[in-house]
Amino acid sequence: MPLLDRHGAKAEIWTRSEGAAIDNLSHALVDWAVLPEALAQKTRDQRIGVVIPNTVRIPELKLLMRQLSLIAISFPSFGDGRGFSLARLIRNHGFTGTLRASGPLIVDQFAYALACGFDEVELPEASAVRQPVEQWVQALGQISHGYQRGYGDSGNILDRRRSARLKHAAAG
Amino acid sequence: MYRYDEFDERFVRERVAQFRDQVGRRLSGSLTEDEFKPLRLKNGVYLQLHAYMLRIAVPYGTLSSKQMRQLALIGERYDRGYGHFTTRTNLQFNWPKLRDIPDILDLLADVEMHAIQTSGNCIRNVTADHFAGVAQDEVEDPRPTAELIRQWSSLHPEFDYLPRKFKIAVTGAEHDRAVIKAHDIGLRILRHPDTHEIGYEVIVGGGLGRTPMIGKVVREFLPKADLLAYLEAIMRVYNLEGRRDNKYKARVKILVHEIGTEEFSRRVEEEFARLDGPSVNADPAEVARIAAYFAPPAYETLPATSGAFEAARAGNPDFARWVETNLTPHRQPGYAALTISLKPIGAPPGDATSEQMRVVADLADEFSLSEIRVTHAQNLVLPHVKLSDLFAVWQRLGEAELATANAGLITDIIACPGLDYCALATARSIPIAQALAQRFADPARQKEIGVLNIKISGCINACGHHHVGHIGILGLEKRGIESYQITLGGDATENAAIGEILGPGLAAEDVPDAIERIVSVYLAQRQAGESFIDNVRRIGLAPFKAAFQDTNREVSHAVA
Repeated sequence: MPLLDRHGAKAEIWTRSEGAAIDNLSHALVDWAVLPEALAQKTRDQRIGVVIPNTVRIPELKLLMRQLSLIAISFPSFGDGRGFSLARLIRNHGFTGTLRASGPLIVDQFAYALACGFDEVELPEASAVRQPVEQWVQALGQISHGYQRGYGDSGNILDRRRSARLKHAAAG
Repeated sequence: MYRYDEFDERFVRERVAQFRDQVGRRLSGSLTEDEFKPLRLKNGVYLQLHAYMLRIAVPYGTLSSKQMRQLALIGERYDRGYGHFTTRTNLQFNWPKLRDIPDILDLLADVEMHAIQTSGNCIRNVTADHFAGVAQDEVEDPRPTAELIRQWSSLHPEFDYLPRKFKIAVTGAEHDRAVIKAHDIGLRILRHPDTHEIGYEVIVGGGLGRTPMIGKVVREFLPKADLLAYLEAIMRVYNLEGRRDNKYKARVKILVHEIGTEEFSRRVEEEFARLDGPSVNADPAEVARIAAYFAPPAYETLPATSGAFEAARAGNPDFARWVETNLTPHRQPGYAALTISLKPIGAPPGDATSEQMRVVADLADEFSLSEIRVTHAQNLVLPHVKLSDLFAVWQRLGEAELATANAGLITDIIACPGLDYCALATARSIPIAQALAQRFADPARQKEIGVLNIKISGCINACGHHHVGHIGILGLEKRGIESYQITLGGDATENAAIGEILGPGLAAEDVPDAIERIVSVYLAQRQAGESFIDNVRRIGLAPFKAAFQDTNREVSHAVA
C-alpha cells in the first residue's frame, strides 16, 4: 500500500509476517496479537514493527516498546481521532522509532499527524489514487504556525511571540 | 477587546485559503462527500433544509462596532438582510450560496473574525459571561482565559477528530450567567480560600441533548498557570476513551457518567501529573499580553446617579419599565450595561436585520466605547453606557424596534431555529415562541409574572436549552404530527437543574393554554417576592402537574 512522509512518496521496507512467523525477514511487521511470540524469535539483526489497533493502552505497550523499530497505529476511519492521542502518548513515553499512521487518512490530517509524532502515513490504494502525493506535501504548508506548544517542530505562535518579546526586551 | 497580532491575522487568512483549497479538492473529486463534510462543518458550513447555513464565531460573545457593521454588510450582500444570533453567541446566516462562502470568510478576516470550529466534532466556540468586565460580582474577567482557550483550541492537531462536539464556557463571577454546568467543560474563576491565589474550579461532563446532565467538579482548584496542561489531559482522556460506537453516547458527559466522576478525575490527574506541564502551558507573559487587551476602558469619573436619568425615568413610564427590566448595574459609577432585546413580540427570537445591526453599531460607537456583547439568551448588550445617555439610547433603539422591555421576562424566550430552517429538527420552535410572546404580550402582566425563562428546542439535540428553562418546551414528531413536551424547574445558573417532564406531549395550538395554567398556579401560590423558579422549588411539581393534566384532559376530550 502507498506510503509517504513529509518529503513525498516513500519505499516500503517492511514485510507483513504470516502470523508470528518472522523467519528471516529483515524488517518484519507483525500483528499486535502475536507480538510477544514474534519478539521471542527475534534475532539480533532483525527489526520488528507492530501494527496496533487504536484501542491499545499504553501500559500494555510500554514494556515492549524498546524492542520495536516501528509502531503502526491503525486508523479504522479518518474520523476516528484516537490515533492522534495514542501517537502523542507513545512519543511522550519515550518511543524514538518510526511511528506510522495506517488507514484512510485525508490530506488535511497530514500536518496534524506529523505534529502528533507520526513520521509517515500508509494509505489504502483508493485513498492514494484520489489524493496524489503532491497534495499531501502541499497541504503541510497551508497553515504556517499553530497555537499549540509542544506539537511538532515548525515553531508555534506562542513560542514565536515569546522570542519576539525577548528580542524586543534585549534591544530595548 | 482582543486585537489580532500578525500571527493571528496570518492564521485566519491561511485558514480561509485552506478552505478554498478544500472546496476545490471536493469539486475535483479528490475528496469524497463524506470526507469533505467534516471539513466544511469545521468551518461553519451546514447544509440545511432549504440552503447552506454559515455559522460565524463570536468568541465569548464580544463584538466591536466595526465587526457588527461587517456582519450587517454580509447579511445584505450575501443573505436576505438579516442574521440570527444563537445560544452559543454565534451568528448564523441562513441563505448564503456555497460559492460565496470563501468571499464571506475573507470579509470576516478583514475584521478579525472567522467561522473556525463553529461545528463539527471538535472544540467549539468558547463562551463566557456576557457581563464580563462589567459585573459587580466578578472575581476576575473571564475573557482573557476564553481568548487563550480560543487560540489553543484552534486547529489543535490532537483534538480535531474527537468522538463528538466539545463545548467550553468560562465565568469569573459568583452568579453564573454562562451556564457552565451544562458544558463539556465549565471553568469558574475563583480565589483559593486559604492562599487567595486566583485559579479555576474545573467542571466536566455537563450537557443537554438527549441525555441532559449537570457537570461534575473534577478539580476544586487548578492554579491559573496550569490551565492548558490540564485541558490537554482532559481532552486526551476523552479522545482516547470517549465512546465512538454510538453518536448519542459520545459526549464526555457519558464517559464521566459511565466510569464515575472519581475515576474520570483520577485518569485526568494521572495524565496531568505525567505530562510535561511547562512545555504545554502558556508562559505568564503571554497570559499578561492577552489580559492587557481586556483592561478596563477609559471611563469618565461620574457621580453614581444622574439627575437627567432620574428625571426621564420619573417622567416616562415606558422608559422606566425598560430601565427596570433591561438594565444591569455596572461596576463603574455612573454607568450601566443595557440589554437590547432581540425578542420583540411576534418576531423570531435572536434575529436582527442588517439595519438593526448598524443601529446597534452606531449606538455602541456613540455611547458604549464601541463595544457590543452577544448573550446566550440571544440578546445583545451595550456594556458601558452612561446613565445620563440612557434616555437618548432608548429612544434610538425604539425607532429601530430594539427597545422591547422584556429582558429575563416570560416573553424573552430562547428558541432554536427549529423546523423552519434546521435539517435535524423534528418540530417548529419559532412559531411556538411567537404564539407564547403574543399570549403574554401585556407589559403589566409580564411585570406581574416577573423573571421566567422559557426555552424551546425543536429536537432532542436541545440547542434551545429547554432542559434548563424554568419552563422548557421540546418539539418532537409523533406519527407525523408535532408534539410538544413541557418540562418544569430547570435552571441555567449556579443552581443548575434539569427540568422534569410534566406530562404527555401537546399539540402546538395547546401549548399557550398549558403555559397559562402553569403560570396561574404560580401566581395563586407564590409568597411575597417569590420568583417563579423559587416557587417551583418550594411547592414542588405536584400542583403544576395537576393543572397541566387538566389542560390535557380538556384537549383529549376535545379531540375525542
